[in-house]
Amino acid sequence: MKIDNSLPLEYSTEENRLKILGFWIFLGAEIALFSTLFTVYFVLVNGVGNGPSPKDIYELKMVLIQTFLLLTSSFTIGLGIHAMRLGLKKAMMTFFIITLVLGLGFLVFEIEEFITYVHEGATIQTSGFLSSLFTLLGTHGLHVTFGLFWGTAILMQVKKQGFTPETTNKSFIFSLYWHFLDVVWIFIFSFVYLKGLM
Amino acid sequence: MKWDEFFVFTHDPMLFAAMISIVLGGLAIFVGLTYFKKWGYLWTEWLTTVDHKRIGVMYILVALVMLFRGGVDALLMRAQSAVPENGLLNAQHYNEIFTTHGLLMILFMAMPFIIGLMNVIIPLQIGARDVAFPRLNAVSFWLFAAGAALLNISFVIGGSPDAGWTAYFPLASLEYSPTVGNNYYSLALQISGIGTLMTGINFIVTILKMRAPGMTLMKMPMFTWSVLITNVIIVFAFPVLTVALALMMLDRQFGTQFFTMSNGGMDMLWANLFWVWAHPEVYIVILPAFGIYSEIISTFARKNLYGYKSMVVSMVAISLLSFLVWAHHFYTMGQGVMANSIFSIATMAIAVPTGVKMFNWLFTLHKGKITFTTPMLYSLAFIPIFTIGGVTGVMLGMASADYQYHNTMFLVAHFHYVLIPGTVFAVIAGFHYWYPKVFGYQLNERLGKLGFWLITISFNVAFMPLFILGLNGMTRRMYTYSEETGFGPLNMLSFVGALGLALGFIVLVYNIYWSARYSPRDTSGDPYDARSPEWSTHSPVPVYNFAIVPTINSLDAFWYAKKNKAPFFEGKYEPIHMPSNSGQPFLMGVAFCFWGFFMVFSWWIPAIISALGIFATMIYRTFERDHGYYISVEEIERTENALRGDKQ
Repeated sequence: MKIDNSLPLEYSTEENRLKILGFWIFLGAEIALFSTLFTVYFVLVNGVGNGPSPKDIYELKMVLIQTFLLLTSSFTIGLGIHAMRLGLKKAMMTFFIITLVLGLGFLVFEIEEFITYVHEGATIQTSGFLSSLFTLLGTHGLHVTFGLFWGTAILMQVKKQGFTPETTNKSFIFSLYWHFLDVVWIFIFSFVYLKGLM
Repeated sequence: MKWDEFFVFTHDPMLFAAMISIVLGGLAIFVGLTYFKKWGYLWTEWLTTVDHKRIGVMYILVALVMLFRGGVDALLMRAQSAVPENGLLNAQHYNEIFTTHGLLMILFMAMPFIIGLMNVIIPLQIGARDVAFPRLNAVSFWLFAAGAALLNISFVIGGSPDAGWTAYFPLASLEYSPTVGNNYYSLALQISGIGTLMTGINFIVTILKMRAPGMTLMKMPMFTWSVLITNVIIVFAFPVLTVALALMMLDRQFGTQFFTMSNGGMDMLWANLFWVWAHPEVYIVILPAFGIYSEIISTFARKNLYGYKSMVVSMVAISLLSFLVWAHHFYTMGQGVMANSIFSIATMAIAVPTGVKMFNWLFTLHKGKITFTTPMLYSLAFIPIFTIGGVTGVMLGMASADYQYHNTMFLVAHFHYVLIPGTVFAVIAGFHYWYPKVFGYQLNERLGKLGFWLITISFNVAFMPLFILGLNGMTRRMYTYSEETGFGPLNMLSFVGALGLALGFIVLVYNIYWSARYSPRDTSGDPYDARSPEWSTHSPVPVYNFAIVPTINSLDAFWYAKKNKAPFFEGKYEPIHMPSNSGQPFLMGVAFCFWGFFMVFSWWIPAIISALGIFATMIYRTFERDHGYYISVEEIERTENALRGDKQ
């Protein structure tokens, strides 16, 4: 395995570079996936049937908390990658742990929001609008959940092995994934919640 | 659920026979492997392999089995409709058969056959030693295999999907399709679709990043170009299928309201989502076919490909247009004049780049020194027959005229005239063409040509009558018809054609057997005096593909190296890094198969346990530290000398 020392560790081998490009293309597929879910939501948003409409259920306060948590986590993982490039293992791990905790917080509030909706009689089975809403949010939430496990697994490897071409590569790719979830959330915040409350 | 709803094969003697044959077939394989002590060989050489050539061979093997399965479906359908008021199949069985025929042939035959050829050939054509992610490649295959297995057991356990391969709502909803058949649809396609998406990513990275030094994009062989574009389509089309299938599963099994007729759902949403994926899917199976024809025509016309750049440009144009025409599949389903006009124009526009390609092939043939080998015969037959399919496609593409043809046998004839000479002829041609590269001997030419004539003539006998039947008003998916309609004789003719096609495929399979035993071994590695880099290495290809990675200075560099008697490989042997085998992808596929099966029946506890199994394989993978292994210079020398036939 040839290691190119002029590049950051996560880019240093051919295999690593391939993996990063591959993951970018995977994110392209993820964009297609979320675009489809957004389209389904926009098509069905007025299909409220006998159930509540967006205005009836959306609560800005809960959503703002979630937005704050997730956006901050995107910032902290950026700091984590920066620390990784500087070779600071402890700082990197701290920032990653903060990121995951913020992600977990986001998830708690999202589940809380879902429970509130269900108590108000707005379930995934109620109407086309609510089916598409829960599916869009749920898919994003499942991605975050998966990310929590994935991030934890990577942290364990960094702790044990330190910064190697493999662990830095994994951490970097994970950060791309996490930023992507943040971007999706910005769209959800703008085009689902804000537009729904207008 | 009652037991007789579970074991549906107890209802029908034909399904019972199918069950018996599955059990006996499985038993025969089990006993055979045990008797010949091949379990270890199977595991170490095939089930755990990450070698792109072997994965490709496995794809093609499964595709051939699915061709048989889908072919039996086709024969049954044609037999059922051969005479009026036939009672061979009941309506339900007929519905299941035309549904699985479509699904199997497109998703589990055409696509894997093409992905198989892609796997075998692409790394060789670009001078690489494997794909970018060999392990992921194995995962792709095993997910595909899991999906295929799931769809195939549906016939005997629980019942097959029966709402057509398009599974339009509300017909495919729980209310109108209460059996688990469409649960199989959503889950089997989901699992294999994820595998296909991974293949797409893998091959884009492989082609963009792993080409031999000097091979710029415009020096890539045409098949590589077609595969690159195809995989871009895969990456952007398959997520739509993923969503559509997930919504279908949610609607059928979790009571959501996406495609319902009340509570704010919208049934047409399914049709749109489905075709936003399924129309590009058509191009996913046709563009690599165009690539295969380009290779074969240029090789056997002994000329470089005419209009290389325009070939590339037209494929890119086709790939863009492929995403803009989906609504032409349902002009009659009430979307208004404006939408129909736009989709009509976009549809007809596709004929332009396709026409450009046609003329390029014709000009490649012009004044060429043509040798009529089996793959070349298929390629030559493709041009006129596919044109019939294309012209009838333009007829169907005109929205106002389509009201006459929509969902008649005319449509059925049209898409068989596109898919069979387009994709099926191409994969058979590619199969004959590249067979010596993989196995080191050619398929027999006499049997190959016999198969070609049988298949080509029978194909036309089977499908030409359907054009006329459609114009006479016979709709598709009718399980029977009365004698007064007058549809009988042409349907009988079509059945005769179907039998001929079956005979043609039997000859093809017999050819594989005959050639394995008697065909002379090819030691040159380049039996056709061909042009692209895959012919520069030995046949069968050593595990590392190329002992020395070639430098490519031009398109058809290998051909010019031969003509100028210049060396193609320059440099010294160096140790080669290879990925090691792993059982993890196979186990992941098994876990996915069980998960899908339990999900079909909504057995949540076993499904959750299987899902944990899937996650276990992923966790294993992330903590695994595997750096592959090196092949030493001495070993390369030994292998190369043996393959060259040197006696040292």
